[in-house]
Amino acid sequence: MTVQGASRKKLSVSAWTRETSIDVTEGPKCWKHRFGPSLLGLHVAYWAKHENRFPSVNNSTEISQNGKWVGQSMPRVEDPTLLRGLGRFADDLPTPANACHAAFLRSPIAHGEISTIDTAAAAAMPGVVAVITGADLLQYSAPFITGVKVDAPQYALAIDRVRYVGEPVAMVLARDRYLAEDALDAIVVDYQALPPVVDPVAAVDAPALHPGTDGNVLHDRYFRYGDPEDAFATAAHVVEGTYSYPRNSCTPMECFCVIADYDPGADAFEVMANFQGPYTLHTIMARSLKVPGNRMRLKTPPFSGGSYGVKQAVFPYVVALGVAARIAGRPVKWLEDRLEHLAAATSATNRVTTLRAALDVDGRVLALDYDQLEDCGAFLRAPEPATIYRMHGNMTGAYAIENLAIHNRVVVTNKTPTGLMRGFGGPQIYFPLERLMDKAAARLGLDPLELRRRNLVPTAAMPYRTAPGALLDSGDYAGSIDRAVRDGGLAELIARRDSARAAGRMYGIGMAVVVEPSISNMGYITTLLSPEQRERSGPKNGALATATVAFDPSGAISVAVSSVPQGQGHRTVLAQVVADVFACDPGEVAVATEHDTAKDPWTIASGNYASRFAGAVAGATHTAALQLRDRLSLIAAADLNIPPEDVAYGNGRIFARGNPDNSLPLGRSAAKAHWSPLSIPDAAGAGLRETAFWNMPELAEPDEGDRINSSGAYGFIFDYCGVEVDPETYAVRIDRYVTMHDAGRLLNPMLADGQIRGGFAQGMGAALLEELCYAPDGSFQAGTLADYLAPTAMEIPELTILHDQSPSPFTPLGAKGLGEGNCMSTPVCIANAVADAVGEDLTTLPLTRSNLAEILLGEEAPESASASPSTPAPTPTLVDGHALHGSGGTLVPAAPVEVWELLLDDTKLAAVIPGCHALTMTGENAYRADVTLGVGPVKGRFVATVALQDLDAPRSLRLVGGAAGPLGTSRGEGWLTLTETEGGTQIDYTYTVQISGKVAAVGGRMMDGAARALINQFFKRLVSQVDGREVEPAQGLLARLLSWLGIGP
Amino acid sequence: MKPAAFDYAQPDTLGEALALMAKKGEAARICAGGQSLAAMMNMRLATPEVLIDIAGLAELQTIDIANGAIEVGAGVTQAELLAWPKLAEFQPLLAQLLPWVGHYQTRARGTVCGSLAHSDPSSELPLALALLGGDVFVRSQRGHRIINAEDFQVGMMATALEADEMIVAARFPLARPATASAFEEVAQRHGDFAIVAVGAVGNKDGVRLGVGGVADTPGVVDLTWPVADAALNDFAWSLGGADDQHATARYRRELVRRIGRRVIDEVHNALP
Amino acid sequence: MRYLEAGKRHTVRFTLNGRAVEGDAEPRLLLSDFLRQTLGAFGTHVGCEHGSCGACTIQMDGKAVRSCLLYAVQVEGKALTTVENLATPDGLNELQAAMQKHHGLQCGFCTPGILMSLTQLREEEPNADEARIRDVLSGHICRCTGYDGIVKAALDVFGDVFGKN
Repeated sequence: MTVQGASRKKLSVSAWTRETSIDVTEGPKCWKHRFGPSLLGLHVAYWAKHENRFPSVNNSTEISQNGKWVGQSMPRVEDPTLLRGLGRFADDLPTPANACHAAFLRSPIAHGEISTIDTAAAAAMPGVVAVITGADLLQYSAPFITGVKVDAPQYALAIDRVRYVGEPVAMVLARDRYLAEDALDAIVVDYQALPPVVDPVAAVDAPALHPGTDGNVLHDRYFRYGDPEDAFATAAHVVEGTYSYPRNSCTPMECFCVIADYDPGADAFEVMANFQGPYTLHTIMARSLKVPGNRMRLKTPPFSGGSYGVKQAVFPYVVALGVAARIAGRPVKWLEDRLEHLAAATSATNRVTTLRAALDVDGRVLALDYDQLEDCGAFLRAPEPATIYRMHGNMTGAYAIENLAIHNRVVVTNKTPTGLMRGFGGPQIYFPLERLMDKAAARLGLDPLELRRRNLVPTAAMPYRTAPGALLDSGDYAGSIDRAVRDGGLAELIARRDSARAAGRMYGIGMAVVVEPSISNMGYITTLLSPEQRERSGPKNGALATATVAFDPSGAISVAVSSVPQGQGHRTVLAQVVADVFACDPGEVAVATEHDTAKDPWTIASGNYASRFAGAVAGATHTAALQLRDRLSLIAAADLNIPPEDVAYGNGRIFARGNPDNSLPLGRSAAKAHWSPLSIPDAAGAGLRETAFWNMPELAEPDEGDRINSSGAYGFIFDYCGVEVDPETYAVRIDRYVTMHDAGRLLNPMLADGQIRGGFAQGMGAALLEELCYAPDGSFQAGTLADYLAPTAMEIPELTILHDQSPSPFTPLGAKGLGEGNCMSTPVCIANAVADAVGEDLTTLPLTRSNLAEILLGEEAPESASASPSTPAPTPTLVDGHALHGSGGTLVPAAPVEVWELLLDDTKLAAVIPGCHALTMTGENAYRADVTLGVGPVKGRFVATVALQDLDAPRSLRLVGGAAGPLGTSRGEGWLTLTETEGGTQIDYTYTVQISGKVAAVGGRMMDGAARALINQFFKRLVSQVDGREVEPAQGLLARLLSWLGIGP
Repeated sequence: MKPAAFDYAQPDTLGEALALMAKKGEAARICAGGQSLAAMMNMRLATPEVLIDIAGLAELQTIDIANGAIEVGAGVTQAELLAWPKLAEFQPLLAQLLPWVGHYQTRARGTVCGSLAHSDPSSELPLALALLGGDVFVRSQRGHRIINAEDFQVGMMATALEADEMIVAARFPLARPATASAFEEVAQRHGDFAIVAVGAVGNKDGVRLGVGGVADTPGVVDLTWPVADAALNDFAWSLGGADDQHATARYRRELVRRIGRRVIDEVHNALP
Repeated sequence: MRYLEAGKRHTVRFTLNGRAVEGDAEPRLLLSDFLRQTLGAFGTHVGCEHGSCGACTIQMDGKAVRSCLLYAVQVEGKALTTVENLATPDGLNELQAAMQKHHGLQCGFCTPGILMSLTQLREEEPNADEARIRDVLSGHICRCTGYDGIVKAALDVFGDVFGKN
């Protein structure tokens, strides 16, 4: 045994590891005998080669002399791999050589019955292995379990009805993705369109989307805490507002990826997916695949390209791919593309909230009354309706408000199902709450900050139990605000506003006060049940976190967790945490974050969501490391010949407290547990591996009064900002933004700031740019990243970040989550500032230039009488809501009766339909046509239907029809009127058309022009035909050019 | 999101390219930089049977001054024209407008003539061609012709090109003495498709105002000093813009009035 | 004339990171897919396949371009550089090291494209200022960082032609 002299200097990583290796070569003979010298040589060579493998960490070794890695801005251990392009993301992992590749056929319409699906042509195409429809899936898959028991079964593929644009309808498996997409175009689906419901308010009274449910409100509950009725009855002031939070998404840059395989011998699935948890969904996937959990092995890759909650929503595809692998008899891989992701992955909930506040004369909020209407899209897909309950315990925000009423309704609409999203449920409540606080301040003539101050939870009251049950664990809200006002320069910002306004500019200041929950209580969703229902179903509670720390035979430390990081730097932070426990260099700690449900510890709460890492996962890791250290100390105590309580750790060594000369390398005693298990004290146990499960006793199930501590820790945020609105374009420029966070103890301040900056960028996007737009007909309009507007480096302003650190008394390291907070605070903070700048009550987001213009623009200057005619007034539409309109007219040198006869002649009609390949009669004056339609380079094959109706010979008729093809669907109608004039017949036409599917999703800004072009082609050809002129071939550019001439704008 | 199958042709000469176009007609599509076309092909909005890649044709790589115009060959990228040292001197409008075309990374590959041939209603280069009264030099196996800007773009993504014709050069007239120009664009984000793009070129007699992003094709109007609000208003209405998810027609008209006024004033102030 | 028929695979040869490479590709195979699936160069990532996100940006003959908007058959004979080329055997290059120092990446998925754009820009405009750097970065979408660390990392290495580091 080597005992280092007292004069020996601090050892570097390389020094001790090399030394350990040399020691081992001098170790027990049997060891040498079994493994031989070559392995030992390799071992030594390994350390020699890798002595600089953590250069950035070693550079910081001086910091560790203070004894603590936690709290330092240590550079990330993940970065050298990622910066070389060597991060192994899901699509970089090996794909089995016999795997086939899946592509999904998706609904182009928002709502409709599937009449028929013809897959024969697709199945016969080159390289196609299988075509799978809902009927095939039904044989192997059960419906997804949902949190609300309703008769609205949902599967990984649509069964007999589609309920949102992008809903998977069929799956092609082929040799490669290109061939799979070729076959998609050959599948013919006949839909019978049903009226879509897009607006949640309209959905309340609309016909049910799901035949088995009584209407579209699938959940409806009132909650009451304190005596809100009395508070409102006696209040000096009542303020009220209705606010609408839009659909948006954090859109990770890496899309979903799944590789699934099925072993019929074991009736077991093995799946790799860039899933992020929560692992409650594992149960749902296994149940849907009709196997027990241990037959649904789920692995995650080492790196994931962002998630922000979104990758929770890969789970339906895990089921789809599992079934596909079972049917195909071979592995199946699917990589989601961006259009699929934007249209159909998931979304934040959009919510309409009417919020009322009762205030006393001094501005104390006596009560809040929320009426929340939550839109979860077409299905309540697990974990929904969690968005509306995640914040339940902290619905009073950062304020001490004793009385609270909540009415929660959850509706389904013809939009993509919602799911986890950074800030989950936060922006939906803080947008109304913090807008209303501004409104209340204005009503009372108080400064908005002063009103907020008067209502804060007092510091002395911590930990504070809110009316709906949250236990706000720590914080000095008033003090944090004071420091933020001082250090962020609010006074200077106000001066900037004053001078800008004096110069006539639109400048405003906004603020937001937010409580940011982290570590979700696994029982919060059961708040939606009545106490009686909860009694029957049994309690759900807690938030188990697990971590494993081990020493391997070389004495090196390994950590494994089920945190499934998506870019947050978990490996770095856990290395810091464990390095502190063993007083070693973080570079000596290897952390694995890829996860395998068959081998790694996990629980339903595992995963990367609800900001649970810093509080729960890092805490569990710390706990496991301490347990391991206690055992190691027993071994070391024997080696050092001292009592265990005298064992101390420092600089990668274990030594005797009070006698540092008596020491040995950290890994030495640890290795002994592997090599000489008979030589260590019995009390140390066998195998130096500790798996800790950490739980929070504070996270009880909801009580009989529906009080729920919905999260384990609660951070505090105070944001304020100054914005200027361009008076001509209404562009919002963020002049300065200050965000103050108290998230307890910061484990790595640099990474904490990175989380804040990322959350801020997404919150700013939600405030000003981002929306998953739907037209009123349910067509989806944000299918590209040129339409879904994530901010770029040009849009993000400077950000001032301030921190307070009030440790949580309930988490092992005193840390709380902080990555979601700015997704909650920033949208409303900016909205408040813009409202202050423009002097209007702003009730929805995003505050795009055009949306602000709609509010701020006065009456428009009319066109002067002498000007040339422009766009005609809109005509009545086929269905309510959004449609494209147009009109035109031409003189034809023929009598109306001759024109009429030509119109009713099907061969003539075939000639006027642009690009018509074949026309068949399907009924009296009704046709089905195979056509190629296009504008410019855009071209697609469609099946069109046309019917002539409301015939009033020879004066007017109506053309009704639609087209469907791989590019999308359209429905429309046109009116023709024939008027006898001198020299012939004046044909006037108007049309209205709706377009849905891919073309609408990716080309929304061109749809009006494209519809106009196509319909003008049609009518122009009609006119030409009636006119007796020969119609040019549809594809002739000259014909197209001619068809354009003389047609109005 | 993968393209449908196509034949790929890389002709060695312009003559070969034109012969192939004559043979394939509508089934073929020219690809120079492909920054719009490839994206549309990936989405299968466009499914040409033959892709004729002209990026390597040396004879199309030139920027020349001839016949009172800057002649930009069909192989010249937007980045190359922007970096052309004489650009600001000979046609300042192009120097003002090119940084708004796409992004650094797409300008590196996207061509000037490709943008014209694509004729996106929000594109800046078709607006420049219309505003400056330029033209395109078009070749086919049948011969050549010159198409004026006003005749070239006939609708949204629709041009006067016949199926066998190809733009070999775009010609932007040189800035005349005693003129001034200005350009401004409003988009949701930097580099996005324009909600409204407004350019103006003027001299002592008047100003020509051009607007992209509103109508199916660039709108151009000639106005005399002093420009009345009523004239701008009528121009805004005449463009007949429509609502889409990014902006209302009302907002677009207002921007035509306001940004139109701004660029007109800028031109006015810059005149000698 | 080089005429490559649809549905058939054709040999493509070019230089990748200074080494001659070749592989077979149908005309429609995207360069991004070719790099990743045929050549196993997984450092180039695919985020949108319509030229908007910038994740797949590479250098081709001294230009930063989107590899999702190119077909593999189009790069015959060209010189391509991808993220794998940046680090030396001794470690990260200056820009990469600055990215780590300033926490310019989180999930790291958009990072390779950003590195390639900034590398190209640095070759063209070694003294580019913050406004220009942000302009060039606007061709990339990063959802994790809010761009702050990326801009700071770039500012560390731009304007450094005389080797202050």
